[in-house]
Amino acid sequence: MGRKGCLGSYLGAGDMSLLDYFRSSKTSSASLAKERLQILVAYERSSVNQPPYLPQLQQEILLVIQKYVNVNCDAMTIKLEQSDNQETLELNIVLPDFRRV
Amino acid sequence: MARIIVVTSGKGGVGKTTTSAAISMGLAKKGHKTVVIDFDVGLRNLDLIMGCERRVVYDIINVINGEASINQALIKDKNCNLLSILPASQTRNKDALTQEGVGKILEELSKDFKYIVCDSPAGIEQGAHLAMYFADDAFIVTNPEVSSVRDSDRILGLLSSKSQRAEKNDEPIKEYLILTRYAPERVKSGEMLSLDDVQDILSLDLLGVIPESKSVLTASNSGNPVILDEKSDAGQAYSDIVARYLGETRPHRFIDGKKGLFRKLFGGG
Repeated sequence: MGRKGCLGSYLGAGDMSLLDYFRSSKTSSASLAKERLQILVAYERSSVNQPPYLPQLQQEILLVIQKYVNVNCDAMTIKLEQSDNQETLELNIVLPDFRRV
Repeated sequence: MARIIVVTSGKGGVGKTTTSAAISMGLAKKGHKTVVIDFDVGLRNLDLIMGCERRVVYDIINVINGEASINQALIKDKNCNLLSILPASQTRNKDALTQEGVGKILEELSKDFKYIVCDSPAGIEQGAHLAMYFADDAFIVTNPEVSSVRDSDRILGLLSSKSQRAEKNDEPIKEYLILTRYAPERVKSGEMLSLDDVQDILSLDLLGVIPESKSVLTASNSGNPVILDEKSDAGQAYSDIVARYLGETRPHRFIDGKKGLFRKLFGGG
């Protein structure tokens, strides 16, 4: 009886400390929430001022390039920047390494 | 000239109507002639929270369509004679709300009232757009929860681009944060975004934090704005918010939470 009790309380204590360990670990659900939000909000802020045709423009340019070069769809970024009196369309495509082909 | 306040959030169910009812009552109780307008055409609820649902005869769409005068549509609040309510239409189509119509109503109300509180519907459709379009100040109601914070950020983007002040290049709308349903104990244990977490993302002027409170439901059950429940934590938090908006300095409360029973018994903290 006494032994069982000891074992029981030992296990109990072990469970508690294990739980506590997870609770106090850096990835509490709130910090995970904050991290996800920061990434998402930054992305949405940068895309909200873009003209609505930009995603389709990107898609069509990509299709044209893919006719000639085998590029991945995430190998391309498109950015429209506005300054005082001019707009710049910045297109960045990472081409595959030709030496290997 | 009246000051137009929009109470908005993007996300539904975070406490816009509760907040609109509370702050409009608070402003009126402080001696300012105030009108609160429900912009949620088709799903009106402000009348219910204010406890005047059985006295609605005409609504905002009747006024826009010229079927009633604004004075016929305004309902005097039962608790405070400086406060009036302009209900939304329950039956009409949302498209009946026009920019021109809303503009005229606000202009007319501006002659008579000191503060006009616009209770925005959820979402970013016409009703929400018109509730914020003419605003001078925006109260962003946010829960410490990912979807609410994200939607609030989206609304901030719209306030700075799709409002009259933005289009006319006037001084931008003043944006304030009201963080609602806050549970300090859950923040402490790492299961809820803290005020600082939310502010790291939104960085707004903080008007106040409303703690998660039973009194909010009790107040809506009886049709009395929670600010009238002076003993409740939520009621006091809203009183602080009204005072801060009017320029008083009051220390922030309800952020750290009270001492729990355990701590009271065993000390610490």
